[in-house]
Amino acid sequence: MQDRKTLILIAPAFAWLTAFMVVPCLLILALAFFRRGIYGGIDYEFTFENFGMVFDPLYARIFLKSAWIAGLAALIASVVGYAAAYAIASMPRHRQPALLFFAILPFWSNYLVRTYAWIVLLNREGLIVGIARALGFDGELPQMLYTEGAVVLGLVYNYLPFVILAAYAPLSRLNPEIAEASRDLGAGGWTTFRRVILPITLPGVATGFIFVFVLSIGNFVTPALLGGGQFQMIGNLVYAQFLTANDWPFGSALSMVLIAVMLVLLTLQTYANEHASTGRQSTERADG
Amino acid sequence: MADRRTFRLMLLILGLVFAFLYIPISVLVGLSFNAGGMPTAWTGFSLKWYGALFANQDILRAAGNTLIVGLVSAAISTVLGTLLAIGVEIRRRKGSVLETLIFAPMVIPDIVLAIALLSFFSLLDVRLGLHTVIMAHVVFNLAYVCAVVRARLKSFDWSIVEASTDLGASTLTTLRRVVLPVLAPAIIAGGLLAFTLSVDEFIIAFFTAGAQRASITLPMQIYGMIRFGVTPEINVLATLVIGFSLVTLALSQRLNRGGLPGQ
Repeated sequence: MQDRKTLILIAPAFAWLTAFMVVPCLLILALAFFRRGIYGGIDYEFTFENFGMVFDPLYARIFLKSAWIAGLAALIASVVGYAAAYAIASMPRHRQPALLFFAILPFWSNYLVRTYAWIVLLNREGLIVGIARALGFDGELPQMLYTEGAVVLGLVYNYLPFVILAAYAPLSRLNPEIAEASRDLGAGGWTTFRRVILPITLPGVATGFIFVFVLSIGNFVTPALLGGGQFQMIGNLVYAQFLTANDWPFGSALSMVLIAVMLVLLTLQTYANEHASTGRQSTERADG
Repeated sequence: MADRRTFRLMLLILGLVFAFLYIPISVLVGLSFNAGGMPTAWTGFSLKWYGALFANQDILRAAGNTLIVGLVSAAISTVLGTLLAIGVEIRRRKGSVLETLIFAPMVIPDIVLAIALLSFFSLLDVRLGLHTVIMAHVVFNLAYVCAVVRARLKSFDWSIVEASTDLGASTLTTLRRVVLPVLAPAIIAGGLLAFTLSVDEFIIAFFTAGAQRASITLPMQIYGMIRFGVTPEINVLATLVIGFSLVTLALSQRLNRGGLPGQ
């Protein structure tokens, strides 16, 4: 009875998600197993070729590079984000909500605009070059825009608020008495942090790390804008298969591999979190 | 003694992180008022680039398109998302398939949903345009509306629904006169969030809008302009976009305290 009534409420959204998310995703899953037609169409002939192509050295290299850049961005964002969250959590309690709010605020402005801001700073006639000149430096400055470093920087900048938010949650719930107990038992500040605080609060950062990694590895906007036209990551490769190279089956296979990587990481993280939370209960503040 | 030093270190970290987060955006906003327009030299305060922007027909049309997509997709997703949230919360039996379905639009990479929808529409021979962008945007918008409304429902006192039913009200009357008024702030905040997300969304719109110029949205226009480098016009446009996000965020914060991350 209860279920039949709620069905009317759920059905419209359910239908929309099925039509415009589930079916299209199943469609590209199917496309990934078909052969590319001679004129860029699709031959409906079953094959594993597209997945084989993913491991072709040419494409495998792009995959590895994407993973490397995404990993680097996630690592830097995690370290900086954790430091920022730790700093916020160590400020007076009544100031913390405002600090956190302002740390997240840039995240609410447009992604393209935030990326463009770095083009303004890094380009050859940009602000950083201008400041260097004004300070009397007139040698040749290294190219900053359209480099791997610029892509990593752009990704860190865009996703940092994510990690701050994820890392702050466990830090703010931390019971201060634990740190006191550790000090009373003779541990120094650094030891207390490394042996007590860090292990308890790490799951939050792990969540942040995985999200930054997942969002970065499939990104095509940042590589296209900050990496220059020649720079390719998986996202750009998928983009090219659909809009220029016209090899939809291969593009579909690439995005399936992307989804697989993402699912594995998210599952690992859920598992790790569940594992960690068994021993965590007692370390959290009773009211938290 | 050591504590004070730690505190100072923390202040230093905060200062550096906030500088990193805010300097790029601030430079951009400052430049939009630079008379000379170029980033290397400040040649005086001017609004002339704002004037130039409002004379650009392409940008105005793109802004109009974005407004249409944002309003229509927010309207549809607010209705569907709210009903979904109420339905899911009333349901005693937790369906994990349903939960996954609701959560999925938030975690599927944009590029994957974008190419999936492009394949789907072209296989069905659907002509691409603003209508297809709207259909696509509702997918992730309704997930976010649902999340905001569900957050509100967690603290909802279901006994008032029982009271209403006991007093003889029909399900529909209860929904309309009891449940919806309590949820109103969350619903409006959810709708506003959906509108903002849709207005800012680039990747899915880029793939589902088709090739014709008439269906270019503002983020697509911005992307096209950015690829050709830094111009005073983009600085102005970027500043307006940032301002717009801040206003909608402030509005939804006022309406629904605690409904958005970061609060």
